[in-house]
Amino acid sequence: MRHLAYLVVLAGCLVSAIWLEPVLKVNVLRRWRRLLLTVLPVVVVFVLWDLGAIAAGHWTFDPQQTTGVLFPGGLPLDEVLFFVVVPVCAVLGFEAVRAVLRRPAGDE
Amino acid sequence: MSYTVAALLGVAGALAVDLVVLRTRLVTRAVFWATYPIIVTFQLLSNGILTGRRIVVYDPAAIIGWRLVHAPVEDLLFGFAMVLLTLAVWVWLGRRGLQRTPVAGEGSRLLRWGRERLGQRGSADT
Repeated sequence: MRHLAYLVVLAGCLVSAIWLEPVLKVNVLRRWRRLLLTVLPVVVVFVLWDLGAIAAGHWTFDPQQTTGVLFPGGLPLDEVLFFVVVPVCAVLGFEAVRAVLRRPAGDE
Repeated sequence: MSYTVAALLGVAGALAVDLVVLRTRLVTRAVFWATYPIIVTFQLLSNGILTGRRIVVYDPAAIIGWRLVHAPVEDLLFGFAMVLLTLAVWVWLGRRGLQRTPVAGEGSRLLRWGRERLGQRGSADT
């Protein structure tokens, strides 16, 4: 179970934000193609940053508290999922604020 | 390069994408700054667990050493860069016409109910 520690944190993030889809009808998951094309470049940029940081020794991951699935360069699967979950949560939160405040964001 | 320098460059890069490359100019908009404190709160919480439980461990030589809820202060910059890049791309895609609709809140009974209540109160005040 301890290996799931990082994934549990990610699940917590997702649960904290995902209810906005059915309750406030933020329609982010419904616009999944736009969401996919948003997440993709973010994952690429931050995976590259992470690989550089791992190579430079800026940070390390506890093998006891991560899944143990590693990509080349020593990048844990957990960390890659972080770069998917956080952008999805950010867009959910952003669109929720827009739904409530109805202020322009530049794509109207 | 230290994490401190990388994080500052990350913020500069995200600002460049928002202001110059995609011209979404989110950092000039109220809606972005209304969202960001909410996201930061959740970031401090989740990042605090990741660093507090030592799931992710930082090399003391790579960071300046200031910490906020266990996490190095550089993580705030890292998070800001990631959130700004994400939202800039999201808004840019919408501006280009990709799935601009259904807009947020469309079809929400809760929001409609809230607006009706606020509307009634507003009209009673005037």
